[in-house]
Amino acid sequence: MNINWYKYASPAAFYPLAGKMIPWFAIPAAILFVLGIYIGFFIAPTDFQQGDAYRIIFIHVPAAWMGMLLYVLLAFYAGIGWAFNARLASMMASSLSITGAMFTFLSLVTGSLWGKPTWGTWWVWDARMTSTLILLFLYIGFISLQAAIDDPRRADRAGAVLALVGVINVPIIYFSVQWWNTLHQGATIRILNKPTIAPPMLAAMLIMLGACWLYSIAVVLVRLRCIILEREQNAARIAEAAA
Amino acid sequence: MFRWIVARDLILAWRRRADVLSTLFFFVIVVSLFPLGIGPEMQLLRSIAPGVVWVAALLASMLSLSRVFANDYQDGTLEQMLLTPQPLYLVVLGKVLAQWLVAEVPLVLMAPLLGVQFDLEPNTLLILFVSVLLGTPILSLIGSIGAALTLGLRGGGVLIALLILPLYIPVLVFGAGAVDASIIGANPAANLYLLGAILVFSLVFAPWATSAALRISLE
Repeated sequence: MNINWYKYASPAAFYPLAGKMIPWFAIPAAILFVLGIYIGFFIAPTDFQQGDAYRIIFIHVPAAWMGMLLYVLLAFYAGIGWAFNARLASMMASSLSITGAMFTFLSLVTGSLWGKPTWGTWWVWDARMTSTLILLFLYIGFISLQAAIDDPRRADRAGAVLALVGVINVPIIYFSVQWWNTLHQGATIRILNKPTIAPPMLAAMLIMLGACWLYSIAVVLVRLRCIILEREQNAARIAEAAA
Repeated sequence: MFRWIVARDLILAWRRRADVLSTLFFFVIVVSLFPLGIGPEMQLLRSIAPGVVWVAALLASMLSLSRVFANDYQDGTLEQMLLTPQPLYLVVLGKVLAQWLVAEVPLVLMAPLLGVQFDLEPNTLLILFVSVLLGTPILSLIGSIGAALTLGLRGGGVLIALLILPLYIPVLVFGAGAVDASIIGANPAANLYLLGAILVFSLVFAPWATSAALRISLE
């Protein structure tokens, strides 16, 4: 099979393809969510230290991973869009930013909900929590910069510069925060202090991670279709009619 | 070209001295507000001094940053600068250097004086001075990226803070960390070296990112 990849770099041509792809990601995502929640709530054993409160990690850990991963992906797509002048990649970056910010926020909220019964406090200035919070700030910066610029092409490129500067800074910020934390407080609380994790717990977490992945792809594609429609309405409609 | 840009920006700043002074007084007032808000216990004030001075320095540099390119953008000079055969990198570096000399050096000079308000030891005051001296050029360099990106946008001033303040965090951590270390009697050298490393790194890469951002904003 010979696919002309360049054809799908055009937003108008990608629009109908994205429409066809969405159910292929959305339906498995729903199935995996149900499966992961079932294993997480009914099969995984109760933790002897933390009781049932630990079960929030089945959404917390995948959300935190997705938040970090989507920022790197965002910077990658924004960079591609800027370097090769590829509109679709830039639209992809804008589309990823909202989902990434949502997951980062979700991981902060679930983390503090878990922290209250386990640590006895909603918030600790732990290195990981602080750097996740800063990651959320970086997302907010990207989204608000793009929102402030009216010309979409300028918004794409300005966002790309910011995302690339941000992605270079992420490791520096992470290490500085970690160091700051060890300077100020003696012991850091580790998020997973158990040396081993029961197989059903691991299975539930990985299934939920898969579900979050598929959900992200599906939602990002839906939003991408909206962005294409907003910017290139006529071309997209014609391409879908032809397909 | 480089020297010409620096000299020109310094002259322009000299003609509008009030702008420079307002940034400096903002810094002084913000730092002086903290004891009023927290209470006059010297022990507490001494321990929060590094953070307070540094956070105030970050905020004060936000104020002056939006002006780095804005005036030249409005009267079209910036566009002409982009058209010169000289590398844009040098133009940006010159403007950033001028901005640092005008807006940040007064803060550097004022910081030890504010440290005295917080009852810091002479040795700690020296560390505070060195850390602010090393850190503020980084603020100007990274901040210029934000200034270039938000050129001519609605609400540029607030937007710049949203974009740039998260990127300032390492500078804040290491800058205040050096002073903190000196207060508790530890060696602040590691923090200062790290600040120096970030300075070199941003000196190489930030003007480049700023040039790219300027080209995007002026298309």
